[in-house]
Amino acid sequence: MDHLSIISHIKEIDGVELLDIREPHPDETIISIRPKDFKKVCMHLHTLCPSPVMMLFACDERRKGAGFSIYAVFMAAPQKKWFVIEMNIAENEARFDSLAKEIYSASLFEREIKEMFGIEPVGNPDTRRLRLHDEIWPEGHYPMLKDFIRTTDTTSVSGDYRFTKVEGEGIFEVPVGPVHAGIIGPGHFRFSSAGEPIINLEIRLGFTHRGIEKLMEGKDPADAVAIAERVEGDSSFAHSLAFCHAAEKINAIAVPERAKYLRALFLELERMYNHVNDIGGIATDVGFSFPAALASAIKENILSLNEELTSSRYLRGVNIAGGVLKDVCRDKIKLLKRALEVAIKDINRLKEILDSSNSFLDRVDGTGILKKKTAQDIGIVGMAARACGIAMDLRKDFPGIYDKIKFNIALEHSGDVLARLRIRFSEFMESVRLIGLLIEGLPPGDIRACHAQHKEGLSLGYAEGWRGQVLYALKLDPAGIIERCKIVDPSFHNWHGLSYSVLGDIIPDFPLCNKSFDLSYPGNDL
Amino acid sequence: MIHILKTRLNKGILTKPAEIFLQPDSGTREEIEALGKELRSLIIKRFGRSLFLREVDTGSCGACESEIIATTNPIYDIQRFGVNFVASPRHADALMVTGPVSKNMLLALKKTYEAVPEPKFIITVGCCAHDGGVFKNSYYTHGGVKDFLPVELHIPGCPPTPTQIIKSLLAFLR
Repeated sequence: MDHLSIISHIKEIDGVELLDIREPHPDETIISIRPKDFKKVCMHLHTLCPSPVMMLFACDERRKGAGFSIYAVFMAAPQKKWFVIEMNIAENEARFDSLAKEIYSASLFEREIKEMFGIEPVGNPDTRRLRLHDEIWPEGHYPMLKDFIRTTDTTSVSGDYRFTKVEGEGIFEVPVGPVHAGIIGPGHFRFSSAGEPIINLEIRLGFTHRGIEKLMEGKDPADAVAIAERVEGDSSFAHSLAFCHAAEKINAIAVPERAKYLRALFLELERMYNHVNDIGGIATDVGFSFPAALASAIKENILSLNEELTSSRYLRGVNIAGGVLKDVCRDKIKLLKRALEVAIKDINRLKEILDSSNSFLDRVDGTGILKKKTAQDIGIVGMAARACGIAMDLRKDFPGIYDKIKFNIALEHSGDVLARLRIRFSEFMESVRLIGLLIEGLPPGDIRACHAQHKEGLSLGYAEGWRGQVLYALKLDPAGIIERCKIVDPSFHNWHGLSYSVLGDIIPDFPLCNKSFDLSYPGNDL
Repeated sequence: MIHILKTRLNKGILTKPAEIFLQPDSGTREEIEALGKELRSLIIKRFGRSLFLREVDTGSCGACESEIIATTNPIYDIQRFGVNFVASPRHADALMVTGPVSKNMLLALKKTYEAVPEPKFIITVGCCAHDGGVFKNSYYTHGGVKDFLPVELHIPGCPPTPTQIIKSLLAFLR
């Protein structure tokens, strides 16, 4: 089925009237509909694509007299299209039909819209706040509204968060966090347990909420790249890349070939150091310190390599709308090749050590299983999805430069910690191979396209970071200033997967499951 | 086991020599020995045996955490200078704080500080913890630890590299 037949299928839905269909960019189709048809159209797209709700966000357009706009984004991988459903709701009717009961992946987005804009998702069974904690933030203040005024009012703070209660004989609760034992971000985990197995795990996040989406507003895209890089330290490059991608699409900037190659190269370096970091983390969590130390040495080598290539260990200050600021010259390519030779030798040693330890394999094999069906239902993305047999990778689905170097997707089926560990190993090896091909085919020329003129518009930017797809929806005003920037990190989808994967396992296995996903607190909390 | 032994022999010692951290202008070995001795005796005098740190993230992007963890890897190995990271504030001599103090973390930060036994002090790491960094002026950050708790040492950077962290710590302890 091509994307036109998806559109004609939607046109034929009983009683649905499409107000407008437009394709501002070859990979995006925006369909405008009436609020009454919102749920129907989304349900159809959800099964036609098939795709979870990848993004669902609101924009405050009241200053233009247009109430609120709500956008739902679905990914049609075979058609290489993003479908964006757009609707407008009036200010005095700030509500829409909730999708959450039918499409679980919409649930968190709807709660987010309610807490940030005060728009009611009618029919969502869970309306608890995600990031503006009830103990801190007063009722009735919606920070993402354009006329939001900062409040010092603390009288209407309700101070109550309802955790899911598991009741019965012998059930006890173990609360953990927000300050954890390791050097790691803050989050609260509440385990309900009977004897040893975990019966329920509820994860409360939002502790690192910094109001990034609001900070982005009113900024020039060139200045906002620095904020995008600091959404999540370990995915600095994927975030700045997705952000720049969106800005480039709106302003119709043609990125030079050389810059595309370099971007792919840096993206793979970021994937490598993070994957090996997590392999080491899994070893640490079972108390196997030798491979953990080896892994941290490999990571350090890649970080130092990043510094040599870009003068930033976390690849910051590299991306800019139009290309990259750092070129990789011939001397540095030599250095890169040498570093990769060492890395591949070390990672093979690491693999041998882990594979030859029965007690290690015993801990990871069959632990923390996330079933494929569960993963599909809750809309898991990225490497966690690939570990349970869902062949989803933007490098395959929207390849761009990856088409030229023939990218091979890593896939496992068992969905346990071992599967996620194996995915990391294969992706590390694949990244080394890809970088080899990238430097071989590195075309000469500019690394940055210049552009002078500003355009307005809405566009999606995306990149397959090491956790999964990093999505940005960017809306620029006629002066080229950011009006709205919606960020969706893979962690936002995947934290729920973690709470399902630990069920039935014992609490001491939780750190292991947690590390195998290695989700981001700041990326989720924004 | 055989793989571990093989790797151990092949890789050798990875740790960077102490002079990189202690003496940027590469002094003589005797000087470094003396400095190491001084440091050791200072830590023994002030902290009994070694300096125990507890890290608290108040909304950092995670890069500072990554660099703090890197100080403990085999290349930098901060433990050999007598600095250890502990799991509980009750075991700590000092807090190491990162992040722009998000509203949700202020209470947790204060409680963690209270849980550290006296005498205690605070080290902030990264621009965010100093004044909010790029997250300054947000509706949900307080911006800067120093407005709430006494800060003895600030290690600047976004993020500071492991070398910078170790150098700052050692300079501070002298």
